[in-house]
Amino acid sequence: MTLFDEWALTLAVFLPLVGMALVLLIPRGQETAVKAVALITSLVTLGVGVGILTQFNYGKARALQFSVNESWIDVINSRFHLGIDGISLPLLILSMLIVPLCIIYSWNHFPEPHNPKAFLALILLLEVGMNGTFVSQDLILFFIFFEVVLLPMFFMIGVWGGPNREYASIKFFLFTLFGSALMLVAFLALFFTSKEATFDMVRLAQFGGSGIDHTTQLLIFAGLFLGFAIKVPMFPFHTWLPDAHTEAPTVGSVLLAAVLLKLGTYGFIRIALPILPDAAEAWAPWIGLLAVIGIIYGALCCLAQRDMKRLIAFSSVSHMGFVMLGIATLTSFGINAAVFGMVAHGLITGMLFFVAGSVGERYHTREMGRLGGLLTQAPKLGWILGFSAMASLGLPGLAGFWGEFPAILAAYEPANLANGLFGTSNLVTFRSFMIVAAIGTVLAAGYLLWMLQRVAFGKPKPEFEATHIHDVHASEWIAWTPILVLIVVLGIFPGLLFSITDGAASSLTKVFGG
Amino acid sequence: MELNQFLILSAFIFAVGVYGVLARRNGVLVLMSVELMLNAVNLNLIAFSAFNQNINGQIFALFIIAVAAAEVGVGLAIILLIYRNLRSPDLDQVEQLKG
Amino acid sequence: MLNSVWIIPALPALSFVLVLFFGKRLPKRGAEIAITAVAASFIASCWAAVEWIDRVNAAEHGASIGAFFGKSVMFSGEGGAAVEPVVNSVTWWQNGGIDFGVGTYVDGLTVMMMFVVTLISLLVHIYSTGYMHDDRRYTWYYAGLSLFTASMLTLVVSAGTLQMLVGWELVGLCSFMLIGFWWEERENSRAAIKAFLMTRTGDIGLMIGIIVLFFAVGSFDIAKTNAYALNGASHHDILLVASVCLLIGIMGKSGQFPLHTWLPDAMAGPTPVSALIHAATMVVAGVYLGARLYPVFYEGFSIFNGGINMMALVGGITILVGASLAFVQRDIKKVLAYSTISQLGYMILALGVGAWVAAVFHLFTHAIFKALLFLGAGSVSHGGTHHSFDMREMGGLRKKMPITFWTFIIGSLALAGIFPLAGFWSKDEILVNAGSNGFELFLVVGLAGAFLTAAYMTRCVYLTFFGEYRGHHHPHESERSITTPLVILAGLTIVAGLINAAPLGIEKFTEWVEPTTNFPDLVHAEFDAPLAIISVSIALFAIGVMSYFLFRREESSALKGLTQRNRLARTGYTLLERKYYIDYLYENIIVEGIREPIARAMYWVNQNVIDALVNLVGRSAVRVGRFAYENIDQKGIDRAINASAAEFGVAGGELQRIQSGSVQRYALYIFAAVGAISVALFVLSVA
Repeated sequence: MTLFDEWALTLAVFLPLVGMALVLLIPRGQETAVKAVALITSLVTLGVGVGILTQFNYGKARALQFSVNESWIDVINSRFHLGIDGISLPLLILSMLIVPLCIIYSWNHFPEPHNPKAFLALILLLEVGMNGTFVSQDLILFFIFFEVVLLPMFFMIGVWGGPNREYASIKFFLFTLFGSALMLVAFLALFFTSKEATFDMVRLAQFGGSGIDHTTQLLIFAGLFLGFAIKVPMFPFHTWLPDAHTEAPTVGSVLLAAVLLKLGTYGFIRIALPILPDAAEAWAPWIGLLAVIGIIYGALCCLAQRDMKRLIAFSSVSHMGFVMLGIATLTSFGINAAVFGMVAHGLITGMLFFVAGSVGERYHTREMGRLGGLLTQAPKLGWILGFSAMASLGLPGLAGFWGEFPAILAAYEPANLANGLFGTSNLVTFRSFMIVAAIGTVLAAGYLLWMLQRVAFGKPKPEFEATHIHDVHASEWIAWTPILVLIVVLGIFPGLLFSITDGAASSLTKVFGG
Repeated sequence: MELNQFLILSAFIFAVGVYGVLARRNGVLVLMSVELMLNAVNLNLIAFSAFNQNINGQIFALFIIAVAAAEVGVGLAIILLIYRNLRSPDLDQVEQLKG
Repeated sequence: MLNSVWIIPALPALSFVLVLFFGKRLPKRGAEIAITAVAASFIASCWAAVEWIDRVNAAEHGASIGAFFGKSVMFSGEGGAAVEPVVNSVTWWQNGGIDFGVGTYVDGLTVMMMFVVTLISLLVHIYSTGYMHDDRRYTWYYAGLSLFTASMLTLVVSAGTLQMLVGWELVGLCSFMLIGFWWEERENSRAAIKAFLMTRTGDIGLMIGIIVLFFAVGSFDIAKTNAYALNGASHHDILLVASVCLLIGIMGKSGQFPLHTWLPDAMAGPTPVSALIHAATMVVAGVYLGARLYPVFYEGFSIFNGGINMMALVGGITILVGASLAFVQRDIKKVLAYSTISQLGYMILALGVGAWVAAVFHLFTHAIFKALLFLGAGSVSHGGTHHSFDMREMGGLRKKMPITFWTFIIGSLALAGIFPLAGFWSKDEILVNAGSNGFELFLVVGLAGAFLTAAYMTRCVYLTFFGEYRGHHHPHESERSITTPLVILAGLTIVAGLINAAPLGIEKFTEWVEPTTNFPDLVHAEFDAPLAIISVSIALFAIGVMSYFLFRREESSALKGLTQRNRLARTGYTLLERKYYIDYLYENIIVEGIREPIARAMYWVNQNVIDALVNLVGRSAVRVGRFAYENIDQKGIDRAINASAAEFGVAGGELQRIQSGSVQRYALYIFAAVGAISVALFVLSVA
């Protein structure tokens, strides 16, 4: 146990907080200093992440590593328990990677009303919450980090957002807070009903819900479900998402899509499934149903959009449906696919939002009917949009495929559940889901290519013919290159990620016989 | 000597003091009347002390004499300031405390 | 070489990256890298082919082949000894303890496909230096060609179905990029999207088929899958489901009815691309899949039973639909596109009737002569009509473009199945096997298709090369970079068929290509001279009849204005003109249906039901809050508080008077109070 092993996770979580304090101490006038401090902090945090990547024992990816377990709030037996396994690691690294890229992207163009100091402080606070959520092994700690995320995002949307920002930010805040409240109730119920009064996730997962009677388990799971499903978001709890995305500043959308949505799915995998396996089995077909409804529904809503960003937002609903379908199968295939899907969606949809933001910034509109000919006016930007769209529709060889295909595959043979929906067996239920999900991939191709056609192909519309459209800026190149490279690398070598998640996913699903 | 005699004298002096505090307009006289009231109390204390064979009362009296001296000092200073500001020692004109 | 065929797709893949990033700075704008890479691939493929042939020969002469005799090993009639495919695989990723490999699977079929793909690709690369010379996206074009070649070769060498899916989708992507190559025009991007979406619709089937097989076999491995299909245990149902699903995938990719309508539209891309992707290589990916996983189809559709099965039926319908639609086209490329559909129908039909060798052989010969025809059409538009493909602007080009003319004639005759050109041998083999395997119905369909093919090609050749020139340019022969590939392909068209010329006793193709392990025991029909004569006669008859009407157009008033006079003829013509209304069904009903009403309705539901519900909750919370605020808080509690505050205010006003400011008054109060208290105490103590 080296010093780094002991402190790595604590550093990963609280370094951004230190950075935020420093940013707040610097006078408002010294913008460069503010930006530099924020960037350096996030890069150092990423450095810690790289250190974790090198020190992580991949042979034992199923076990918690880098654990910290100190007493914290003794009264309620809640401990400061951090630790990561193969499922948390990729998401933690994703979050650490996206933040510096966002800071670089916004280097020279902060959205109105400018004020980089406050903006960067909020981003760093957001990182505290995101990193913390992925490493917490205590329910109370988890809850706190989960909630810490809300506030900065609320202000980012509410202050730097678009014309309808107040509505969107309040909707986002209240909707998720509503879910969190139920989640907290569920946590407390777990505390009081489980064998030992503890908030420790590892202990609770060991009990696996034994000692809690079945109905109570179902109810507690429902509470957890609502809390996480709203965050994912699953149909029909998704309506905050398009509004939040449409109104949020570019960086806000990117962070929201890339990391925040994963908090919900991660919660399912980390908390809901292992702690209440019996209830998970009972609810799984319903979760699968909502997931495939979300896939088709999100895709169809995409086809009705006029605003580019709103389209991408609805595509998130569709893509997260695949992730949830993978989770609902309760098999190691499904969980692996889900984690891969989360990372891939984070990279790809994050990228799409970056591009949509840049397009909006250049044309001062994101309405697809007015755009066109991006490939003529800014060919590189156009190709990046095309590339991201292709990745998003699940083209093999790019990262998106490995989130979708294994999820569909897993649905063919789900875990041995007692029964499916509407009196059918679980096989029939999930195989129908599989076919619906496969149809979803065609719809995905449909809306993304349609967007590509309207934005990138064709000739520029008369109103923008004379406008000079600057091709990709230097700061954009720096921010985007790592994402683009990762999309390709993960697409060609999916084993890089599957090898990390596989051990943890297999041990997690052992209880379901999967 | 009866205790009552002391108490009656003391009550009389106190009453004179009260009258002076309430009725006189001149600040200096009001202050002197306050002194009369204090001394009436002193007299009481000493009388009780002597009759009850208890030294505490006399000690209190000594304290009160000291406090009274200080009070007169402060009081005269205030009156002096009032006089300087208002050109009169008349307390009826001092109404700044009116709510 | 057989152990390192991964180099063959890797070279063009490398070339893609190099051309994409550095192509523009090179003197030939990237073309040199792409051509070098594909030429190297071609040489490597030839090398692999030679090694494979050696291997087959070695096995036949009894050298060093020993212990392959397992339950699943079958023998084909001729060869004698079994020739094991060369399989190399490395772990790609792991999941739940199961290894997923990526690797190469080399047998005769693979070698043949590699040869065809690299050959056509090389010729198209060379051809394009002339044809695409002035294009503004020349470099990008070569990058696309390289990527396409790499993807197609990846598909071809795949050791597993999952890897095939990757290659399969990537060629779809390249097809999308190259159909929409001139994306400034809305029509082109529309065609590109149509192609991508339709093939992807078929891919639903492919994906599910692969999944079904995966769970049945426990692996994506091709060899294991084929062994599973043939191992004799009763899992006919699973195989049937898998075959139907895979067939849907094949229908999408190989332009089979009813998913064929994207292929003619795909002609929006540059002509060399049409030759490479939409005639010779990518569209046969479906046929290749069918051939690769043939045991699955063979068992799944019970092909050994004869009669009718889904695969043969799809192929048969496609032959007739494609050939009949080729008649009414005015665009030379669309004629060729429908002819491609029809010929792909032959291949699927052949697979469906158990004529595996014939199907693959037809794939081989068709790739050569169809590439020739497309490149010829490109040459016509390049030198003859200035980038128009409308046959109404052609005519009389025979004299102006002799090389193009003669090579085109050779290609057309091969397509029509005239002895002794390539098309004759392969088509004849399909027909003879269909007859002998108990699929007489499809023999008739095949002959009908042969008649139609010969007829529409005659029309096409006549309109292009005979009669008077109807265009407005100065036609001239194309440059050498264009004619050289034409000549090479024409030469190959003449000789390629002889490689499997049964009556001459040459069956090298069967020997080299047909798998000997994990393969159903197919019967190879003997050459049937009467049938061959019948089919050639039918084709010649069609050419004759068609020529008669065309050359004597003036006199043949019988046909002139037939569509005006005869209602039935008019209906038929309209039906063909409208492509059997299939496109109308897809575009106007399905796609527009989803995009307009359904998607709109969903979004309406989203905004007006779900979101409205959320907003309603929010708004009612606000309303309840406001009600509570106004009625309870403001009117109730707050009023009470305000009222009491007012009372206190009044009282305070009264009390204010006591506050006179006079110290002596205050002292009076104090004394009065002390007095009052004393009195009270006294009274109390007394009482």
